[in-house]
Amino acid sequence: MIDAKRRTLLKGSLGAGAVGVAVGAGLLTPRAVLANWPEAAFKAEDQSTALNDLLGSDTIEDSDKVKIKAPDIAENGAVVPVTVEGEVDGAKSISIFAAGNNTPLIASFEMSENSVPFVSTRIKMAKTADVVAVVQTPDGLLGAAKPVKVTIGGCGG
Amino acid sequence: MSDIKIRAKSSNGVTTVKSLMSHVMETGLRKDKETGDPIPAHFIQEVTAKWKDDVVMTALWSGGVSKNPYLSFKFNGGEPGDPIEITWVDNQGNSETGTAEIS
Repeated sequence: MIDAKRRTLLKGSLGAGAVGVAVGAGLLTPRAVLANWPEAAFKAEDQSTALNDLLGSDTIEDSDKVKIKAPDIAENGAVVPVTVEGEVDGAKSISIFAAGNNTPLIASFEMSENSVPFVSTRIKMAKTADVVAVVQTPDGLLGAAKPVKVTIGGCGG
Repeated sequence: MSDIKIRAKSSNGVTTVKSLMSHVMETGLRKDKETGDPIPAHFIQEVTAKWKDDVVMTALWSGGVSKNPYLSFKFNGGEPGDPIEITWVDNQGNSETGTAEIS
């Protein structure tokens, strides 16, 4: 039964919105998919929708406390190294967006009480665009952006 | 199957963890070059990192994270010999766990 649901879900996720309809109709609870994977945020096609879904707000204060390390020019958009550091206390999460991608939310990292607000990973970028990092703090969302020039996009086939 | 490579090093009370996972990280947007059929989405959705029994970080990912994902993070605490455990779960229900000791 669970397996049948999963098949339905996989098919559904290929057609945009089908899953949302299934969830809305109560056929699939989000918990059946994964504990807390924010599907709507990851499927959102603009950053502010994704932010609202993920963090409940899209109000970002630009801050130099949020440091993004990424190349100025990425020759291969399929592998763009990105490091984000937040010089803040009590950071709850760090989210990374590629503003030019179809679905800009790339990743969100939930911090624990022991975490240092630092993450480093490699992301795909469809085209030249800003990499946006958002650090969720007890006082609101702090953000920064770093333009990355992409010479070969990394999302198409 | 594949494995998770983990290196964890503690220095001045902060542990830095670097990890490398093996995964195709298909977005679901690409098409097979010969048949034109879409390649189904297959990507890691959630990565959980534990230090001893404490979750120190949970990463939620889309297919926008590069193939064979690299992930580095830091946390306060950790002594040489302490166990680090990293587990990923993908959108097709597969999962994998790797462990290492802090050096």
